Amino acid sequence: MTNHWIDLKNSDAILAIGCNPAENHPISMKWIEQAMDNGGKLLAVDPRFTRTGSKADHYAQIRPGTDIAFLGGMINFALQNNMIHEEYVREYTNAAFIVNEKYDFNEGIFCSFDDQEKTYDPKAWAYAVDGAGNPKRDHSLKDPRCVFQLLKKHYSRYTVDMVCSITGTKKEDYIAVAKAFCATGRPDKAGTILYAMGITQSTHGTQNVRATAMLQMLLGNIGIAGGGVNALRGESNVQGSSDYGLLFHLLPGYLKSPEFDNVDLKAYLEKWTPKTKDAKSANWWGNTPKYTVSLLKAWYGDNATKENGFCYDYLPKRSGNYSFMKLMEKMGKGELQGLVCMGQNPAVGGPDSLKTREALGKLDWLVTVDLWETETSIFWKRPGVNPKDIKTEVFMLPAASSVEKEGSISNSGRWAQWRYKAVEPVADAKSDLWIINQFAKRMKKAYEKGGTFPEPITKLSWNYGPGEEPEVHLVAKEINGYFTKDMTIVDKDKTLEFKAGDQVPMFKYLQDDGSTVSGCWIYCGSYTKEGNQMARRDLADPTGLGMFPKWSWCWPVNRRIIYNRGSVNPDGVPFNPKRVVITWDALEKKWKGDVPDGPWPPMNDAKEGKYPFIMLPEGHGRLYALDMKDGPFPEHYEPVESPAKNLMSKTQTNPAVKIPANMTSDTAKYPFVGTTYRMTEHWQAGAMTRSLPWLVELVPTMFVEISQTLARAKGISNGDMVKVTTERGSIEAKALVTSRLKPFSVQGKEVEQVGLPWHFGYAGLATGDSGNVLTPSVGCANTSIPEFKAFLCNIEKGGKRA
Amino acid sequence: MAVSRREFLQGGAAAAALILSGKKAEAGGADGSQMRTKGLKSSTTICPFCAVGCGLVVHTKNGKIVNIEGDTQHPINQGALCSKGSALFQVANNERRLQKVMYRAPGSDKFEEKSWDWALERIAQKMKETRDKSFKAKEINKKDNKEYVVNRTEGMAFLGGAGLDNEECYLWSKFARSMGVANLEHQARI
Ligand code: SF4
Repeated sequence: MTNHWIDLKNSDAILAIGCNPAENHPISMKWIEQAMDNGGKLLAVDPRFTRTGSKADHYAQIRPGTDIAFLGGMINFALQNNMIHEEYVREYTNAAFIVNEKYDFNEGIFCSFDDQEKTYDPKAWAYAVDGAGNPKRDHSLKDPRCVFQLLKKHYSRYTVDMVCSITGTKKEDYIAVAKAFCATGRPDKAGTILYAMGITQSTHGTQNVRATAMLQMLLGNIGIAGGGVNALRGESNVQGSSDYGLLFHLLPGYLKSPEFDNVDLKAYLEKWTPKTKDAKSANWWGNTPKYTVSLLKAWYGDNATKENGFCYDYLPKRSGNYSFMKLMEKMGKGELQGLVCMGQNPAVGGPDSLKTREALGKLDWLVTVDLWETETSIFWKRPGVNPKDIKTEVFMLPAASSVEKEGSISNSGRWAQWRYKAVEPVADAKSDLWIINQFAKRMKKAYEKGGTFPEPITKLSWNYGPGEEPEVHLVAKEINGYFTKDMTIVDKDKTLEFKAGDQVPMFKYLQDDGSTVSGCWIYCGSYTKEGNQMARRDLADPTGLGMFPKWSWCWPVNRRIIYNRGSVNPDGVPFNPKRVVITWDALEKKWKGDVPDGPWPPMNDAKEGKYPFIMLPEGHGRLYALDMKDGPFPEHYEPVESPAKNLMSKTQTNPAVKIPANMTSDTAKYPFVGTTYRMTEHWQAGAMTRSLPWLVELVPTMFVEISQTLARAKGISNGDMVKVTTERGSIEAKALVTSRLKPFSVQGKEVEQVGLPWHFGYAGLATGDSGNVLTPSVGCANTSIPEFKAFLCNIEKGGKRA
Repeated sequence: MAVSRREFLQGGAAAAALILSGKKAEAGGADGSQMRTKGLKSSTTICPFCAVGCGLVVHTKNGKIVNIEGDTQHPINQGALCSKGSALFQVANNERRLQKVMYRAPGSDKFEEKSWDWALERIAQKMKETRDKSFKAKEINKKDNKEYVVNRTEGMAFLGGAGLDNEECYLWSKFARSMGVANLEHQARI
């Protein structure tokens, strides 16, 4: 989230698209309802009439996977009806930037596409530059090759009629949503966009997200109270686990994991440190060397020296894609011998799960660390298999629950909140910290005696106290970072003295010469000389906007609303005097309010002013992207399995996505649109809720939700057993016939939908078939997140699964 | 001082002053003589389910959790919880929780109980074997036919982390990379 949960109360319009907060983030409704009590409008866009939809001022039905058409139409609506925040667009986005002559777009394909490789060369989309190497700009926004004009042209095709014939939305509903949301383009109004997996789980998921961000930039809604682009994250610490780089392409703090041709630290830093020639651009990622070296110092301690490139060589280098789906593919081919699952349950959580379950049997060994038996840990005795045939050695380790250990988790609003240990873990269960510590210590011991390239392990700095349980506070302190030697730092008019071992107060003091350690730069400031900031419980709310700056701690530098320099005009005056996030005090020469996005004076200050989008080298929000894998503008394509032809162009699906074999758009075989979803009473792959009697009583078994019209057509009554089939497999479950689901109008035909919760499996107290047996293993061009939300299926009354 | 449960839930000033200190498990806290939580220790926690980050108070007696409820002081949820958060008590007290280290030998049809030490030693041995066998120090790149140092363990993958604490995620990340594991992924990818 750019903003945070309580900030929802500051919105004049809340657009919930591809998410269902009333069901999946129920307590957020407290703040959404407060906004509504103050006159704010709730707009719900979803294939199903969800619980959020039932609370909304306007509900618009949308066919799964057509979000770009919907949002592109809103972009066009705002532009055509002059509803954009013009000053914001001109000054703070790249609207005025001129694009080079090569840029072109034709029938759904951008220039520089390699049809063989299914890839673009994004260099062809670059800005045109002047003699000094800076992007050319036209502040009048009239140049036909400026981003603003290209954007206008691109989305002029997204007329209300065109959009509604793609999305199946009723025209009056569409216009009501567009009008109500685009009304927040005024400087004194705030609109927020909430999204979740309905947006990301798509072959064009990243472009879906971009479309939300572009709409928000056009309306001047980023950086302000009640605004922002807000991903409603589903697991209590999926924010933190992303922050700490548990993804193949990342290191902690969103540093990139090295690629094979980043041959040494110098080459790595050269590749990943963006540059700018524009003095007004803060280009914050220009600090990449400081954060990288501080990380390497945290990992390799005194062994990391300037001479040895701070042990950069010890890091694994990637060549290609190791995303979840690719790993499952490798596992299926027998290319993985071992797998460790720390509280993840791929046998239920991933797409095409029959394949995953089979693939687990190709492993030599499997370790699961969890509170419960999961479908993954008992895959070798799942229904229909003979354990004798499965040679995998399985270790099922009992983990402590959240109230049996101490540490922090980061919520969706980036607040890192501290949890305390209330009791000892049950029986032999141990905290994950203890388990990881044991792994590391035992590997160190083993490699002391020799092995292949032992140094990355033997030289690893691993000092978390003498006790059997590692000291979580020592870990938290290393993450924050400390000085490795006495230092004097001159910061403008202040001279600061630090001793070796002192905690670094904030990341602007991190160094690239080895004099600082920091395990995750974005958390620098979380554990300082003043103590553990994440444990704070002060309820002061000085702005009245609900930022609670002394409750817990949020990254970065406790800034509660990121990009907040966008909440003021170029002279530092708040766009909305009623909801002041930050304001420039010209007399004291400093910002007041939230922690500003950098200390510099307002943008118009001739000497020191900076642009607001400090994480981009050009300092301006990108209405036109330079580094997406599938084009500079989001363009509508159909999901890979779709009942419709793409009306927008001749290119049916995202051209930058390779399509696997077990997918089909044969509507004779699979006439219905399938989509998966979550519910309040269960959680993700289900292990954490399907064993709790209270929750099992509320929702005891798997079901399949269908409309009354589909039920009638198929002779299905509420509670009947049904079989749902896709090209991947079939499942059986009870039918839930509701008026929440309605067919879509698709190019003159009515197409029915089938809704499936994905929480069930064969382990636990409440069992049921898994929705993900049906889902396709094809993913987003940029992130490889699977297209769980839109596929084709058939449904039949009764019958056994195949 | 007597504080009625009603006043307590409303977060009256007196209750506020009292519970604010209730971070680590400590005796007393907000427990007035009238309250059903009398004599219990209390500590605060954050919900382990979705990422709203609601606060809860855990009450214990003799090292056992006897009650968990919404933290009225917490600015996000102000004491309220959804059905999942309300069921946290049953995560802590549940006979289905794994009690012991369990091991399933190749081809076996059952789990058998093992000690931590035995299992961790065997896992370490498996990890080392896999790393030693599948470690790729160098590889030829197909595109430019040049050789590059990659220092990568090909044969194992680590999954998960969205349910771990930050400090655990950090050590997991550090450990994985030191092992040369490039196959590092978690729930954020799906
Ligand atoms: S109580 Fe419900 S809304 Fe609050 S964090 Fe837990 S799961 Fe989310």
